[in-house]
Amino acid sequence: MKNWIDRQKNIIDFTLSSLFRRKGKNIALVSVFTLVVLLLSSVMFFTYSFRKEASIIMEDAPEMVVQRTVAGRHEMIPVSYIKIIQDIAGVQEVKARLWGYYYDPVTGANFTLMVSDEFPLEDGTITVGEGVSRVRLIYEGDWVEFKAYNGEIFELEVVDFLSVESGLVSSDIILITENDFRRLFGTTEEYATDLILRVRNPREITTVAIKVAELLPDTRQILREELLRTYDAVFNWRGGLLIVILTGSLLAFIIFAWDKASGLSADERREIGILKAIGWETSDIILMKFWEGLVVSLSSFLMGIILGYIHVFFIRSALFQPVLKGWAVLYPHFNLTPFINGAQVASLFFLTVVPFTVATIIPSWRAAIIDPDTVMR
Amino acid sequence: MIKLKDVRKTFNSGKPNEFVAVEKLSLSLDAEKTTVLMGPSGSGKTTLLSLIGCMARPTSGRIWLSGKEITSLPERFLTELRRTTFGFVFQHLNLIKGITALENTMLPSYPLGEKHAALKKRGMELFTRFGIASKANEKTESLSGGEAQRVAIVRALMNNPSVIIADEPTAHLDTRLSGELLEIFSRLKDEGRTLLISSHDPMVCQSVLVDRVINIRDGKIEEERS
Amino acid sequence: MIFHPTILALFTGSIIVSFMILYSASYAVQILRKWDLKSGSELQLVLERKTYLISTLLAYAFVFQLLSFFLFIFSADQLHTFFVGAMCAAGSLYVNSYGYPTLIFKLVNFLLAGVWLIFNRVDNTGYDYPLIKKKYWFFMLLVPLILFETWLQGNYFLRLNPDIITSCCGTLFSADSNPVASELSSISSINFIMIFFYATVSLAVISGVIFFLKGKGAGFFSGVSILAFITSAVSIFSFISLYIYEMPTHHCPFCMLQQEYGYIGYPLYLTLLGGTILGTSVGILSPFKKIESLSRTLPSLLRKLALVSAGLFFAFLCIVTIRILLSNLILNG
Repeated sequence: MKNWIDRQKNIIDFTLSSLFRRKGKNIALVSVFTLVVLLLSSVMFFTYSFRKEASIIMEDAPEMVVQRTVAGRHEMIPVSYIKIIQDIAGVQEVKARLWGYYYDPVTGANFTLMVSDEFPLEDGTITVGEGVSRVRLIYEGDWVEFKAYNGEIFELEVVDFLSVESGLVSSDIILITENDFRRLFGTTEEYATDLILRVRNPREITTVAIKVAELLPDTRQILREELLRTYDAVFNWRGGLLIVILTGSLLAFIIFAWDKASGLSADERREIGILKAIGWETSDIILMKFWEGLVVSLSSFLMGIILGYIHVFFIRSALFQPVLKGWAVLYPHFNLTPFINGAQVASLFFLTVVPFTVATIIPSWRAAIIDPDTVMR
Repeated sequence: MIKLKDVRKTFNSGKPNEFVAVEKLSLSLDAEKTTVLMGPSGSGKTTLLSLIGCMARPTSGRIWLSGKEITSLPERFLTELRRTTFGFVFQHLNLIKGITALENTMLPSYPLGEKHAALKKRGMELFTRFGIASKANEKTESLSGGEAQRVAIVRALMNNPSVIIADEPTAHLDTRLSGELLEIFSRLKDEGRTLLISSHDPMVCQSVLVDRVINIRDGKIEEERS
Repeated sequence: MIFHPTILALFTGSIIVSFMILYSASYAVQILRKWDLKSGSELQLVLERKTYLISTLLAYAFVFQLLSFFLFIFSADQLHTFFVGAMCAAGSLYVNSYGYPTLIFKLVNFLLAGVWLIFNRVDNTGYDYPLIKKKYWFFMLLVPLILFETWLQGNYFLRLNPDIITSCCGTLFSADSNPVASELSSISSINFIMIFFYATVSLAVISGVIFFLKGKGAGFFSGVSILAFITSAVSIFSFISLYIYEMPTHHCPFCMLQQEYGYIGYPLYLTLLGGTILGTSVGILSPFKKIESLSRTLPSLLRKLALVSAGLFFAFLCIVTIRILLSNLILNG
């Protein structure tokens, strides 16, 4: 066993020295490999931490949202439905929510207007999200013009801003009082945008949802779990799609790797011939080539992952944002919290190091079977 | 010690450029003796050295090493045998560029799993013995012809082989260096090693350390002298 | 089809492995037909060279196979969030009819690949390729198994559609929905199984140590290893899981791979599978001790394998016992 370790050490020693002696070719290989890993890992880190963020944010979301639908489209819901739902066994709390979209012709952006108990306001004032203030160039004390449903123009004063850190969810939000909301959109007191529910036992949620559907057939019930699953699916889909697209570059890289491995320079051939002549066996050469491949692929893999990490979590994945986030005018500035897991790293390994290693097996073997007596001539 | 019987080696058999390098050759080499193979280029000397040194397998015929038949041993076993029995000094020396002289000499022992430190020690001992200790950590490119020659010899001796095979060792050396080389060979012979040298240099063939000269032409033995 | 990176990775990995296997098989056939060590012919030389390549390719392929077994379970576990009702890998695998068969084939191939790698290693220690034909016959046996597994896995992934309602392991492995499960979870049968479990695994440890010390009983040791594996698998399902989850009704063999149970599933399965592979190899390779080129190295190698195998079984036993002792669950009064 000790013998075996020393043998590996000796061969690694020679492998490293021979890698350094052929800097040009190996630097090219490592650079390209690192780039591929950087791209793939960025995609994985980005989508995964996004999903994690979404699920964390959703933890406090209400278990169910009840919306009224007319002809398949979302409509305002009568506040009187609250009484009906409250009577269902297992329902802990039912509340009405007021929110809507306001199209701002000046910027072409859609703001989300919300009435919230958590951020108390006085009539005539609003709190805006970071994206809103950026896009509209509004600052504290400014007055913003709104055009109501009936053409009436009125102004609201900006008294506060939502934190930049919450930008992922609050960037496009304007918080407004109930009175101002109803004045702006013409919603009467009998109606609200939707209702939110909390249940005593989360396991009962499906049963409650079924009950609501029975009692109020013109509504749809949106479960928090379904939302999470949908987010998951969308991000996986987008992330996976990108990976599929990047397969093109991966393939090109594999061909490149094969080519580099096969293209032994005259010098390299001579070296291997000498090694075989002085007593190295075919399996020793194969071992040397194996270590060569491992050193190149592992170092590239590590560098690629580290760079990918920096790319996503420190410079906000500058390369990918347009693709992954869609066409948004109000684009939030935020820093993703780093979330990575072992399965990701393992998958990345399977997608990069494994094909690379396989691509080099046959060329390595061809190199290893060089006849020792070629050096005699 | 080494015995060949009716050995034949053909290259590219079945193809238009088929070439018979060695033709039904039989030969017997005794241990601890020095033998010289003489002959013009293309005579099959080098092929014969490969065959004897377990670097190639004969197309037909049989070969014995220390009484054991090695003719059809698989490459794996041949290599094992070779690295512990034979030490080669090639015509063109074949040192690896870009690494030091000492590292070059340690290479044959790498796959055997010996400790790095032990190899270094052994190498330095041999370097000192041959008077090139100061060149141990120099890259091969900066060695003179004579120094490189000695490095090649040290490499051949690393695994303490019982047989040394040298292919045209004086081909690129001047008279003085050739003389020094023959000195070294003489010392090796005194240590009890068997030497097999291929050469057409009269200085080698007529040297006092040589026990036997074999003339080869067109893959066959022409004459022998002792 | 779900475009999850892990799925893509497994897909790619399996396809690469399958190609490598097919390529190797074509040369393996050549070697099986024409290999003749005694002849010094050109063909034999070519075959000898080729066998280096095939050996290398297969070594890589089978190592990937080993890794992908664990990756598959891990990814099935990760996927459970996509399916209503699934809480762990058990639910994800139940989504379509290809899930569990894939797992079973992956397990079988894992074990066989492990044994083949050891077989290959032993063959390489003999200077005259003593086991080469047997090795490649063994390999040819594995070819259809692995190709089939790739096909199953592909189907499983391609037919995955999120939001399909599946079963959580709670209902899958609960006593009322599964007659086998209910058999295995009644208290009296648990006691019986526990006794049998400790008996077989301890016997595996002891016979392994005996073989290490005396060099006798290889076949017996191998047989007991396989028996211990089967018993352990049943036991994990039947009572070990209960102690891990500290719930008398939770039998799932996959939830223990999750973080909330300290990933205990991994050391448990690794030691069990490792012990089984090594133990089985000892019995398979033992008849070849007499071959001349192996007679120097094989006997001592087999003893080492037996010792490691016994050690792994012992570790497995310790992990289980400690977990049971530390568990808050009390099954028998």
